[in-house]
Amino acid sequence: MRGQVPGCTVHTPTTLIGALEILFAEKGAWRPLAGGTDLMVLFAAGVLPFSRFLNLWGLDELRGIETTSDSVSLGALTTYAEIRTHPLIAAELPNLVQSAWVTGAMAIQNRGTLAGNIANGSPAADTPPSLLAYGAEVQLQSLAGSRWVPYENFHTGYKQTVMLPEELITRIRVWRPKGDNFHFFRKVGTRKAQAISKVCLAAYARAEEGRVAEFRLGMGSVAPVPMRALTTEMLVQGQAIEELDGQFIAGAKLALMEDIRPIDDIRSTASYRRKVSANVLGQLLEEMVERFKRA
Amino acid sequence: MNPSLHIGHSRIRKEGRAKVTGEAQYTDDVRMEYMLYGVTVRSSVPRGILKGIEFGEGIPWDEFVIVTAKDVPGELNVALIERDQPFLALDRINHPEEPVVLLAHADRYLLEKARAAVHLDIEPLPPLFDLEESLACKEVIWGQDNLFKKILIEKGDVDSVWAGAAHVVEGEYKTGSQEQLYIEPNGAIAVANAEAGVTVWGSLQCPYYVHTALKALFNLPDDKVRVIQMETGGGFGGKEDYPSLIAGHAALLSLKAGGRPVKIVYDREEDMVATTKRHPSRTRIRSAFDAEGRLLALDIDFALDGGAYLTLSPVVLSRGAIHAGGPYRCPNTSIRARAAATNTPPHGAFRGFGAPQSLFAIERHMDVAAAQMGMDPIALRKQNLLRMGDATATGQIIKENVDLPGLLDHALEKLDYSAKKENHRIHNASLGPIKKGLGFAIFMHGCGFTGSGESYLASVAGVEGRADGKVHVLAASTEMGQGANTILSQVVAEVLKVPLEYVEVVRPDTALVPDSGPTVASRTTMVVGKLVQEAAIGLRQTLIQSGFLKVPYDGEGFSSAVKQYIAKNDHLKAYSQYNTPPQIVWDDQLYKGDAYTTFAWACYAAEVAVDTRTFEVKVEDFVAFQEVGRVLNPTLAEGQIEGGVAQGIGYGLSEQVVWSKGRMANGQMTNYIMATSMDIPRIRVYFEENPYPNGPGGAKGLGELPMDGPAPALLNAVQDALGTSAPREIPLTPERLMDLLDLMDFLEPSNV
Repeated sequence: MRGQVPGCTVHTPTTLIGALEILFAEKGAWRPLAGGTDLMVLFAAGVLPFSRFLNLWGLDELRGIETTSDSVSLGALTTYAEIRTHPLIAAELPNLVQSAWVTGAMAIQNRGTLAGNIANGSPAADTPPSLLAYGAEVQLQSLAGSRWVPYENFHTGYKQTVMLPEELITRIRVWRPKGDNFHFFRKVGTRKAQAISKVCLAAYARAEEGRVAEFRLGMGSVAPVPMRALTTEMLVQGQAIEELDGQFIAGAKLALMEDIRPIDDIRSTASYRRKVSANVLGQLLEEMVERFKRA
Repeated sequence: MNPSLHIGHSRIRKEGRAKVTGEAQYTDDVRMEYMLYGVTVRSSVPRGILKGIEFGEGIPWDEFVIVTAKDVPGELNVALIERDQPFLALDRINHPEEPVVLLAHADRYLLEKARAAVHLDIEPLPPLFDLEESLACKEVIWGQDNLFKKILIEKGDVDSVWAGAAHVVEGEYKTGSQEQLYIEPNGAIAVANAEAGVTVWGSLQCPYYVHTALKALFNLPDDKVRVIQMETGGGFGGKEDYPSLIAGHAALLSLKAGGRPVKIVYDREEDMVATTKRHPSRTRIRSAFDAEGRLLALDIDFALDGGAYLTLSPVVLSRGAIHAGGPYRCPNTSIRARAAATNTPPHGAFRGFGAPQSLFAIERHMDVAAAQMGMDPIALRKQNLLRMGDATATGQIIKENVDLPGLLDHALEKLDYSAKKENHRIHNASLGPIKKGLGFAIFMHGCGFTGSGESYLASVAGVEGRADGKVHVLAASTEMGQGANTILSQVVAEVLKVPLEYVEVVRPDTALVPDSGPTVASRTTMVVGKLVQEAAIGLRQTLIQSGFLKVPYDGEGFSSAVKQYIAKNDHLKAYSQYNTPPQIVWDDQLYKGDAYTTFAWACYAAEVAVDTRTFEVKVEDFVAFQEVGRVLNPTLAEGQIEGGVAQGIGYGLSEQVVWSKGRMANGQMTNYIMATSMDIPRIRVYFEENPYPNGPGGAKGLGELPMDGPAPALLNAVQDALGTSAPREIPLTPERLMDLLDLMDFLEPSNV
């Protein structure tokens, strides 16, 4: 362990207001700490550039999964384990459940939080592609008030977000799918479990009158930020299901290879990420066509 | 066969209860009064000249114990095969993790700040990272020609064959490095002072290796150095030579601290990045066959990357070279083997010790050759497998009745080879993205030390009767998770015909146990087991001759005989020393003769599914069929095989050490891709028992064997699945497989 324990301060507020007051009073001085599953790795290696932590774990206001007829709203401290075992999410938003299953080990899933996963800003995180596919929104709160930000605008650069230093994520909201819909999630990791993504792809589609009425494609590990593949989405959206043939799919794969901006790193190569993203998109579209034709 | 009391029965591990209840004491569990913590400041450049050491501001340096090369009282270099690796760099830096300064302090947090505040002034020299560049002497970084060792094995005349052969098949094969990834990192605690000498407690495989190195380092006689093994959480070779270094470091700090105990325990990253790993290899094979597929000649060039210092490279090379010809009869063989230096941390021992590298090459080559000749790989093997009376590459005549074609048939039968083959043919003809394939490898592993190693070691082990009526086993063989305690106890309890609880294995401590050699080379059961068996026979005879023990007897009777004997004679000990079995002859100069007293034999067969969208290879089924003499403890033996196969699957498919300027860039378990239980199928283990007369209870060695077969079996299965012999390098990561298939598309677009 190379982290400097003696030099650390951990403050544990008991109310959300209390936490926001501290963030407001000393802007940028406190690092919010939720499950700690990302921070502790860097801390143990002695490379975490923070020593003052605002421990959010006791803030019950940030817990709980609430559902209305239109939406599911997840408290910032919702753990992967809670997502994994929620019946409505499993039934209607299966990509989220799959993302939670493939994030870290069981112990990580019991402790790690959804808001932490996105606030940490890693492009290789596994819930962001699903959140992007579902068009999620993020609620940010400070003493000045709260605002909803579309999650697709949340990340502004590698490990950078729209959050102000005095803000906390309080909730994440996802709209409940309607109509005839299709969900797809595939993580291509370095191994079957306890793996970090080399490519992660999540999609949501809705069909109406023989056409793809809605199509969103969230991608992880293929750019500095989790991203939507917008050109590819536009290509698919509005298409007649009948026309989604092999030739169309080949075109969509080429479009996706242009959409993403992967790099070489210690886990994989840019060329692998590009080709496998395209191949998995091919799998996705084939399954989607089969699914919608069956309906 | 007589019904036996313990041999052949699964017995619970002697130390199992202490391990699962947490009572077992590992090095990091120990805290001593006045103990300091030690850390190592390492070079960050791969090669250069050390010009100066600066101690930065903001650290109370006067509170620290600081050791550099100048503080070494005796031999600066580690005493192993050669003395070329310094405990601490004096002026030359030869790899990016070279230890330069040692620091100790009671406050481990302050210690970390201090470690970061030491600045090394190093004038860089051009480094060498590539094995071929080292062989070509692009720079000379070690000795005259960068070569740690050269070996030539010659039989017949290969050059007389090429022109007349029906088929000549050539191939080049590469294997990567591999990290042992034992669960407990390297660690040691030392107490050293001028009067009492040096005592070290540590996580280690070979107490007497550390003993030898410390004697030289401190210039002390035998009895002033004591090495004690703590409970050890895995070794796999990674704690064979490295503990000498870390024990020496802790002891140097303790000496300078006036005898206060000093503990050094590496964290995972330091352990992965700085300590030894498996040697990367490159093998070129040129082979000739007649029209029926009979092997006429094998010309093999085998090269190992040894890293910056010699460590164990000559013996790793030796085992690799001897195994390079595989289990085949071949009248003309030439094996040229070289181990060369590069500016990476030294590579060292790892389960298999050179054999997994060269066996990967030959077993992969046999399938490449079969494809090129249009032959079935099974038929090709059967034409050439060694039988009793045949000679190996070194001219060793196989004297045991080994049935390799039978082993091959049994393994394939267990895999359900024929039925699966037919199913795959239909499955792969469809347009689906998953392609399935079957592959196998047939191989051997020499048991015990190579050549004259065992007779040179002349190991001693013993047994001792105790005043409480129990018998203690005295051996330097260490328990590191493999089951040595249990096996040695079973062998002794079998001889004495007493319950297992009457036998205890003494914790290896150089002050208490004789030098029974290092715990390596699949030798503990077969060689040391035989010694304790003989010693136990001697002890039993002494008791009978003294009249205290009357046959027949029960446990109680035995125990009371021991007590009575000791009451009268003070002590009851019996020792045995290694003798080479008769008719074993080895020539170290010519590399001819009996390279090993015996071999364990195996055939491993695998089924894979390749996802052509992601290029991932999934192992669907795995059969490990082997002949290891007699199995002494089925549960432990199966466990050894399963663990070795899991390690072998990782070696073949995913465990890639990513190098960056001579340094491991992925020194975290997150990024070094060892297989998890999700990545491994049920491993189906079978033994064919063929008792070996010179092993205790008929046993041979089996610890390393399972490391040799998985990688070639898996890649042969990938060849079968994809219909291409292109994969010739491990680990076969998805990235590597994609690049190979892309290259083939480029070269031969019609095959797509």
